[in-house]
Amino acid sequence: MLSLAPRAAGGWARLPSACGAAAVLRPSPWVEKSPADHAAFTRPCSSQKKVTRVCVRNGYSFGRLDLLGRRGSPLAHASVFCPFNLPKYKGKLDMSLFPVENIRNFSIIAHVDHGKSTLADRLLEITGTIAKTDQNKQVLDKLQVERERGITVKAQTASLFYNYEGINYLLNLIDTPGHVDFSYEVSRSLSACQGVILVVDANEGIQAQTMANFYLAFEAQLAIIPVINKIDLKNADPERVEKQIEKLFDLSKEECIRISAKLGTNVEKVLQEVIEKVPPPSVNIDDPLKALVFDSTFDHYRGVIANIALFGGEIQKGHKIVSAHTGKTYEVNEVGILTPNERPTHKLYAGQVGYLIAGMKEVTEAQIGDTLYLHKQPVEPLPGFKSAKPMVFAGMYPVDQSEYNNLKSAIEKLTLNDSSVTIHRDSSLALGAGWRLGFLGLLHLEVFNQRLEQEYNASVILTAPTVPYKAVLSSPKLIKEHRKEEITIINPAEFPDKFSVSEYLEPIVLGTVITPDEYIGKIITLCQARRAVQKDMVYIDEHRVMLKYIFPLNEILVDFYDALKSHSSGYASFDYEDAGYQTADLVKMDILLNGNSVEELGTVVHKDKAYAVGKAMCERLKDAIPRQLFEIAIQATLGSKVIARETVKAYRKNVLAKCYGGDITRKMKLLKRQAEGKKKMRKIGNVEVPKDAFISVLKRQSEK
Amino acid sequence: MAAPGGWRARTGLAVALRSQRAARQQRTLQKPLPSEEPLRAALYVHWPYCQKRCSYCNFNKYIPRGLDEASMRSCLTQEARTLIQLSQVHRISSVFFGGGTPSLASPQTIAAVLETISRCAHLAADAEVTLEANPASAGASRLAEFRASGINRLSIGIQSLDDAELILLGRDHTAHEALGTLEEAKKLFPGRTSIDLIFGLPGQSVASWTKGLEELLQQCDDHVSLYQLTLERGTSLFRQVQQGSVPAPKQEVVAEMYEVAREMLRDTGYRQYEVSNFARNGALSAHNLSYWQGSQYIGIGPGAHGRFVPRAQGENLREARIQTLEPDSWMKEVQAFGHGTRKRAAQGELEVLEEVLVLGLRTDVGIAHQHWLQFAPSLSLWDVFGTSVEVKELEDQGLLLLDNRGLRCSWKGLAVLDSLLLTLLNQLQQSWADRTAHGT
Repeated sequence: MLSLAPRAAGGWARLPSACGAAAVLRPSPWVEKSPADHAAFTRPCSSQKKVTRVCVRNGYSFGRLDLLGRRGSPLAHASVFCPFNLPKYKGKLDMSLFPVENIRNFSIIAHVDHGKSTLADRLLEITGTIAKTDQNKQVLDKLQVERERGITVKAQTASLFYNYEGINYLLNLIDTPGHVDFSYEVSRSLSACQGVILVVDANEGIQAQTMANFYLAFEAQLAIIPVINKIDLKNADPERVEKQIEKLFDLSKEECIRISAKLGTNVEKVLQEVIEKVPPPSVNIDDPLKALVFDSTFDHYRGVIANIALFGGEIQKGHKIVSAHTGKTYEVNEVGILTPNERPTHKLYAGQVGYLIAGMKEVTEAQIGDTLYLHKQPVEPLPGFKSAKPMVFAGMYPVDQSEYNNLKSAIEKLTLNDSSVTIHRDSSLALGAGWRLGFLGLLHLEVFNQRLEQEYNASVILTAPTVPYKAVLSSPKLIKEHRKEEITIINPAEFPDKFSVSEYLEPIVLGTVITPDEYIGKIITLCQARRAVQKDMVYIDEHRVMLKYIFPLNEILVDFYDALKSHSSGYASFDYEDAGYQTADLVKMDILLNGNSVEELGTVVHKDKAYAVGKAMCERLKDAIPRQLFEIAIQATLGSKVIARETVKAYRKNVLAKCYGGDITRKMKLLKRQAEGKKKMRKIGNVEVPKDAFISVLKRQSEK
Repeated sequence: MAAPGGWRARTGLAVALRSQRAARQQRTLQKPLPSEEPLRAALYVHWPYCQKRCSYCNFNKYIPRGLDEASMRSCLTQEARTLIQLSQVHRISSVFFGGGTPSLASPQTIAAVLETISRCAHLAADAEVTLEANPASAGASRLAEFRASGINRLSIGIQSLDDAELILLGRDHTAHEALGTLEEAKKLFPGRTSIDLIFGLPGQSVASWTKGLEELLQQCDDHVSLYQLTLERGTSLFRQVQQGSVPAPKQEVVAEMYEVAREMLRDTGYRQYEVSNFARNGALSAHNLSYWQGSQYIGIGPGAHGRFVPRAQGENLREARIQTLEPDSWMKEVQAFGHGTRKRAAQGELEVLEEVLVLGLRTDVGIAHQHWLQFAPSLSLWDVFGTSVEVKELEDQGLLLLDNRGLRCSWKGLAVLDSLLLTLLNQLQQSWADRTAHGT
């Protein structure tokens, strides 16, 4: 089946005729290190600046032509030429073959489940980047959690090679995380692009996340290619979606491409539109090196692998580079492209996208948004960099303290790949030693937890998430103590009382809800119950409404999404973006057991919610605290005011009925186990509280 | 009734053996012993067979298929011989035939075991010898035969006087049959007939329980055992409750039943001498008391438990022993090795003390100082519990008493003993560790 390129062709090979009429001689982009078995040639086209010796290793350069030939390709003028998926091939690709004008950097953005990853799979197949098999399901979603949830957490990048009208193009597909929690990552990924494919489900139409993504692309002034996917579905209504796109995005119907990524229908058209509509990056290879870090991963053996987009100059092994953010200098060990696995190249040139390995030990050294430049040739850093800002905090503890070290190492390994998680050691009297982790958002938290469980087999207690509140201090003493007027409160124990504070602040978000109009009433009621303030309400077509609300972040943390789904029979979609802070009437609620405060259950709540939260906590505690020899009063209090109360009645009888000769061994074993457990219980005054009780109150409640 | 031949035979034998033993005893008595304790033990005999499985019972029991009673008998006697010799006790203070349903065993088997015991150690003529009897397998003539073979106390599993409840419990007798057996037993074992009752059954109310109890109190003898139903995993009743086909008894209701029953029995002249045991006219069960006093006991038969010092092996530590559970395997082992001991675990001093504490507090008299000092000569009850804040709290709550008599539960405390024990066990462990630390 292999039709090997003749050595005599000197790196030029004729593709099998099946690949179409435009079968031409093409340069192999692979450069052979060994001088023994190669032929030199001169690059025939493209960049006029350089003449590079390109070598082809005998036989292998065009291996697996089944991948490349794309027999039956409907497009005579487009074909695939890059033969790099060769397991045995050790050579390096010459990236100078791709001048800036032949490069397109683009991204696919979509609401969850609208088919982003499936479209990416098809693009990878069409360009021969991956073999076309039935197994190509969300190739770029490498994580188990991504495939399970149908979301993209960790963006992947793939360089595609595509010949269109006789020109070899390098198309860099920069995948983005599909959730607003990662909007900063999305924005950095997009800043490496000049265009986006905006995918909308032909059945569901525009959803909240589509809006968020559109605005990100629009604000970044990217070319937008609207694509209506899933036209093969029975209920597909591409016309309605086209109208929505026209109305909301001001893009004409004619621009929309109707496709079925699943079946491959019209997918090549999308590729061609990318080439036609997305401008090449406007960069200059003669400028000094300026590279944007838009993602980073950690490899156990090679250290940090930073995904970079070159905005100027070139980069190769041996270069000394500097991080604009940290000022640290590194020596480049390896550069290459992502296909989507790393493929080393000799160099990367301005406009190109790839990876770099430079002896960075931690992902924090390759922060997303950072700019890299050549040592002694500093450049103006690219705009938009910010350090990850956690918006949701949760305590994480090992289920069993003996698992502390294992969990610690699992968290460390996981955060090697995710610098946006902040970690503070924490310890709870009830739950032992653990951490307070900061996440970009709720999904981020969930994904992190799920990855710990799935990839590291760690079992953890995750406490209910909280948000970072702020307090503007009025007490001079406290201001002096904190050395600032405005403090962030992560731990309720640090909540300053209202007499030393001029105001409290809570984080808010701008939420977008898109829903069929019959659910508006219920959704408005729901939002109001969450203390949300309506900002906007527009019909995006005859039946669908887009609502915009300012929500306190805390109000959407726990079960908002589920409530929204259940109030709308699953039809409403929701997305949000950071909207700063607003003043809030916050109070600290204490939980008392027989009059003694339980430190780890102290909670900061909005005054309006205190009663409901207090009641729920008391009820959960009542179920979780075993009966004791005396009655236990469980109270939720605000200052000295009791707002909720439950009672655990005293034991009246718990003595074993039969205890004769044959019962003693078993009874002693049971008693000693219980006595051991009693030692481990946390004593609040004279009340013994088992760890499980804390867990049941502090734990994030399952949302299903 | 007819002169009990077996009984006479045994007592005759005992007299014969007594002179031998007296001689031996004199030799040993030249060396003063710390107490009488090592020289005596109670003996439990497990009869592992039942006619029918009760829905609540998770004891070691089997429905026999082709039971070879002669083999069983010879194995029981063999094991009794082996273990009594191993313990080197001189005196068996009481014997208890439990099960299973030991009233299904033939009186000859009972007699054979008792004879063997008498040959190996002193079994006083008036020593308590109890048989557990099931109303269905204990007609008048059979009871008489048991008496003739040496039984002098009967414990009848009446369980309930409500036929519907008896069906729920899977019992193979009616309330009427049970009362008939009780009548006969009282004639044969006057003052030494005990009845077992179960309360806290699914669907049972405080009123229905009290009514049944009241009726029984008019007819029963001097000893009553009241057991709260424990739903044991693996029993059919447990499954039925799990599956919701019968309601789970409510904690509050069961506590009330216990409370009311205790009061009724007290008012009828019974002394609650243990958590579940009530006696009048001094008819306490000597055998069961010896468990609660932490005395030695030898267990024979499949799955029987024992606690004794195997002095014949030169050991000084008490062992917790368990015999092989399954009757056929047990028999094979006894035939091969003379005993079917499956598990032996030496008990340290602390472990013995823990048992003394847990068991002793089940009785109304609790643990007397002198009694405790027999087991812990250098660590008094005052040393252990006298300064503990938590123990003081329990005293202040009126649940526990530590005074010049010793340590015991109050009336209220007895019902929640298992909670008290957790505090007390931890305190004992702590004091023991402190003492050891200071000692070294």
